[in-house]
Amino acid sequence: MVKWGRSSNVFLPNASRLYIDVGAHPEYATAECDTLTDLIASDKAGERIVHGLVEEGERRLADAGIDGTIHLYKNNVDSAGNSYGCHENYLVRRRADFRAFASALLPFLITRQIVTGAGTITRSPAGAHYSFSPRADHMWEGLSSATTRSRPMINTRDEPHANAELYRRMHVIVGDSSMSETTTLLKVGATDLILRIMEARQPLPDLALAKEMQAIRDVAHDLTGEATVELADGRRLTAVQIQSTYLDLVRAHVGGVIEPTPEVERILDLWERGIEAVRTQDLSQVDTELDWAIKLRLIERYQARLGCALDDPRLARLELAYHDISPTRGLFHRLQRDGLAATVVEDAAIQHATTAPPATTRAALRGRFVSAAVAAGQDFTVDWVHLKLAGGSKRTVLLKDPFRNTDERVDVLLTALEDPSAPVD
Amino acid sequence: MPQTHASGQPYEDDAPEPAPPAAKAESSDALDSLLDEIDDSLQTNAEQFVRSFVQKGGQ
Repeated sequence: MVKWGRSSNVFLPNASRLYIDVGAHPEYATAECDTLTDLIASDKAGERIVHGLVEEGERRLADAGIDGTIHLYKNNVDSAGNSYGCHENYLVRRRADFRAFASALLPFLITRQIVTGAGTITRSPAGAHYSFSPRADHMWEGLSSATTRSRPMINTRDEPHANAELYRRMHVIVGDSSMSETTTLLKVGATDLILRIMEARQPLPDLALAKEMQAIRDVAHDLTGEATVELADGRRLTAVQIQSTYLDLVRAHVGGVIEPTPEVERILDLWERGIEAVRTQDLSQVDTELDWAIKLRLIERYQARLGCALDDPRLARLELAYHDISPTRGLFHRLQRDGLAATVVEDAAIQHATTAPPATTRAALRGRFVSAAVAAGQDFTVDWVHLKLAGGSKRTVLLKDPFRNTDERVDVLLTALEDPSAPVD
Repeated sequence: MPQTHASGQPYEDDAPEPAPPAAKAESSDALDSLLDEIDDSLQTNAEQFVRSFVQKGGQ
């Protein structure tokens, strides 16, 4: 990566961004997507791209005569309790009441972990138990513009990477990284459906929580789904009740605000079965589709075989293996291979997305530009909204509309790259 | 190829027809064979392996 971009921070031909984040872990940001299938393919493509880095690293170790393997985990906490995770970015229309708008999403985000959590063995002096979300214990605020310091659920920094007069960014950082494609489908799909209803200015049920930080922990650590959380109006509801209320709300808008599609139906069906699995404690309804249930089934089976306690290091090792992104070593990938984990996109679509940008957004322009500049051996600079060729001032293009996948100015740049004698300035 | 980034600091941020769910039939047996396959590698130095996985910083 450093060799390719002479930097530890690059945009790739598939229009995604790959860089080394604080703490020296690779961070991959998919390009802007306007469909869930593009997003899932791009996300999974990212695993393959960083696995390429792992293979390269292992080759270098071998060349240096060092016997070693490199493991890269797409997970949410390390063994010392440091947390990281998966950011979701939703482009929303700018509005004056953004803080209230974002706050209204919190009861949904706090309780969605009962269906979309990654699941984890939580160890404490009192013993170990399985909880819905490894990320939940690391959240300290509802909204904030800081991330590494305060760990909010929604980052409110105003950075839309698009026309700022029209758009605002809903930057959700309370979610777990998902291995399962179907879990990603539900995590992002359900959140998108709620946002669509909010953006249509339809009324939401008032589910404001009295103590958000307490609530996210109480929900995470109660696998029965029976623990109640206190609402601002004094009521006490379970996460199952709150999620069911949101599901009913979305169902009521299908055919209205929400266009009925097979994909929407698939999201709602999985959402409903996920809630039911918690309510009835019958995981078989979702144990190939939701990360926390897939992993719990695996852990319980292995624990029974070993006859050990839940805090046994071999189970912690199993949990790590689940998140290993290696297509051969990674346990999730082996589950998928054996038909024990469901898929959303074809393998070929994921492979395609490792080099090809999403075709229907601005990403298509960025991807073409990066590929052409690399092929031409030209110096260039790229970020989410700019494409720039080294040289004259007219060689910079500002792309403020993330939904536009064609642009005459970019065509001029591309022509210049193909034919250096063509006029640009 | 040379590529520089506009801002010096890294940012912090970072459908077709649905496929049918994975087949459930005989999934118990499949799970057990998978555990058979990986059992040895999971048992080897599990404690040390897990303890050595520490990721500093990040979000």
